[in-house]
Amino acid sequence: MWHRIRTLIIKEFLALWRDPKSRAIIVGPPIFQMLIFSFAATQEVKDVNIAVLNQDWGTSGRDLVSMFEGSPNFSKIDFLTDERQIAGAIDSRRALMVVSIQSDFSRRLAAREPASLQLLLDGRRSNAAQIVAGYATAIVGQFNSQLLQQERVPISATAVVGRIWFNPNQLTTWNTVPSLVAILTTSMGLLVTALSVARERELGTFEQLMVSPLGPLEIIVGKTVPAFVIGMAQATNMVLIGVFVFRVPFLGSVWLLYVSMAVYLFSIIGVGLFVSSLAKTQQQAILGAFVFMVPAMSLSGFASPIENMPDWLQYLTLANPVRYYIVIVKGLFLKNAPADVIFANVWPMAVIAVITLSSAAWLFRHRME
Amino acid sequence: MAQESKQRAWLRRVIGLVRKEILQVRRDASSYLIAGVMPLLLLFIYGYGVTLDLRRIPLALVIERSTPEAETMLASFRNSPYFDVVVTHHRANVEDRLVAGTVKGVVVIADDFADRIARGETAPIQVIVDGSDPNTAGLVFNYVQGVWANWLDIASIERRGTVAPRQTIGTVVIDPRYWFNPDVRSQNFLIPGSVAIIMTLIGTLLTALVVAREWERGTIEALMATPMGRSEFLLGKLIPYYVLGMAAMGISVVTAVQVFHVPYRGSVFALLVVSSTFLIAMLSLGLLISTITRNQFAASQAALLTAFLPAFELSGFIFEIDAMPRPIRLITYLMPARYFVSSLQTLFLAGDVWSVLGPATLALVAISTVLLTLLVRNTRMRLE
Repeated sequence: MWHRIRTLIIKEFLALWRDPKSRAIIVGPPIFQMLIFSFAATQEVKDVNIAVLNQDWGTSGRDLVSMFEGSPNFSKIDFLTDERQIAGAIDSRRALMVVSIQSDFSRRLAAREPASLQLLLDGRRSNAAQIVAGYATAIVGQFNSQLLQQERVPISATAVVGRIWFNPNQLTTWNTVPSLVAILTTSMGLLVTALSVARERELGTFEQLMVSPLGPLEIIVGKTVPAFVIGMAQATNMVLIGVFVFRVPFLGSVWLLYVSMAVYLFSIIGVGLFVSSLAKTQQQAILGAFVFMVPAMSLSGFASPIENMPDWLQYLTLANPVRYYIVIVKGLFLKNAPADVIFANVWPMAVIAVITLSSAAWLFRHRME
Repeated sequence: MAQESKQRAWLRRVIGLVRKEILQVRRDASSYLIAGVMPLLLLFIYGYGVTLDLRRIPLALVIERSTPEAETMLASFRNSPYFDVVVTHHRANVEDRLVAGTVKGVVVIADDFADRIARGETAPIQVIVDGSDPNTAGLVFNYVQGVWANWLDIASIERRGTVAPRQTIGTVVIDPRYWFNPDVRSQNFLIPGSVAIIMTLIGTLLTALVVAREWERGTIEALMATPMGRSEFLLGKLIPYYVLGMAAMGISVVTAVQVFHVPYRGSVFALLVVSSTFLIAMLSLGLLISTITRNQFAASQAALLTAFLPAFELSGFIFEIDAMPRPIRLITYLMPARYFVSSLQTLFLAGDVWSVLGPATLALVAISTVLLTLLVRNTRMRLE
């Protein structure tokens, strides 16, 4: 039996490795994606274009404008001269925010009256706009406290002191690299398994496999092992790139990383086999894999926090293995997460793996008869 | 006369191949999956699931000593719609929760908080946020400051003298206005962006498989044995998938407006122009991948890599292009999705703003032309 499985495994590796294009696709893209997307997948907002319209001739308006110019968050500031230019600047997306200072700004402040400062923001990018409005609020807060100091008004006696853990310098790559390790392992593990059986069905070689002495379980094992080996090798590659190229610290235990990686891959391969046993053609297998993959990636906490979702959808994500794996990889990279935290996330993946693998095996046998 | 019959034969061959493709699409149920189920599934995900608006973020509040000040602060946090507050009295056990990710932030009110206020010293409130998710960390910090400012106002009204009132008279008051999206709903820009993702998937994934499939099954040789030329072959492959793509586009836009209540302020004409140029670029890319790889596994991975992931990550759909490093920002100019996402966001929320749509359409036409040229050059109607 072991001999038969081994020959099938060798055959599977050859099928993937023999074609130079498939070979290139297995090795190249994950590395390439890692290099590009690690820098791209940032939700920081910096260096955005803003515009300032200062209709005030007094010194206060000028002081406020120079504080905006001095801020490290705004590197490109356009100066408008007329209110009619505001619509053009925002409509054409040249400015995410227009700061509009009215003509009575200095006069009102001198008269100790509140002066209003208009921020006009592009709601087509409301998330970025909110963050930029936050920067403006901070600048105005600073401006106000300078005013109050000049007037010798006592400033509030409590203060909020913030500290950022796990990523004190808020480097983008520290967040994106661990998430990408999880995301990129998913797509390869899934497609390799989903396509391996479908290709044989489409080309008619599956019938040859069935007349061979291999039993259904042996075929499943033979199809699983290559995907597993490729997945482990790729994940290792990406972790190494993360640590040595991107210099993201890996604080946790390597042993825990590999245990959870193995469990995760089994859960993904189970889904791949499941799709594979249903699909008659490669197109069906690819589309089936996508129908699983796109929601699984989008609802994993990578693009947006799971806590923001409606409650019923949060319950649904409990069945999503990517969700747990991202917590594990991030925890091991940045937080030195202890074994109990890791295992709290490994066992749900193990349950998913058992369910998907056994139902795939059942379906496989069922459809072979 | 001969010229005319030649043209008719050409047309007949195109129609014949279109019919064959349509039959193939209709016969395989998985085509319905991508044209019908995928758009709805994606809209559903981005309509309900992917939202950047914080709600009920788990936050731990450490009150080292219970005082009236700490209690009113707790009440302020409990009243905030943004936080789900857990209270403890020691900071040690919440630090583990931050590691496990079960809370996203910790607010510490030290045991000398009330004493310091009474003595007139600065009484700091410490906030620890989970930096492994920088976006949420930043928002949590901002909202904690909001709750704190609120508490300060209430406290200063209740017990004048104890906490110095925040001076508002004679200072600058901010008046923010969000154009096109006054309620600041992140769905309003995420859903138009997800339409671009749907179009990318439909445009490239199916076409990436069609030529590769003919090569793998060997049916391409049968096609080569017919009098069919390059133009008939390519048109026969492009037309059915163009129709399929535009149909999915229609379904997506109607669902976005009717189900998810995203406003649509542009014209149908502008939408047709922009989405047609984008779709042609995507279809050409898909067929080009298919022609080059001749292998469905490699083709699907290549489609994922060159179309789907860039549309997700390099288009400005979720991640801000301005915040990317310069070399990557330059790469985004080559991505059709970049132009399509900004055009869709503008068409949905702002209307026909030609200062956005014009350059975007031109860029899409240029990219389509390059891809179509490459496709024609790489299509060979004979075996080497």
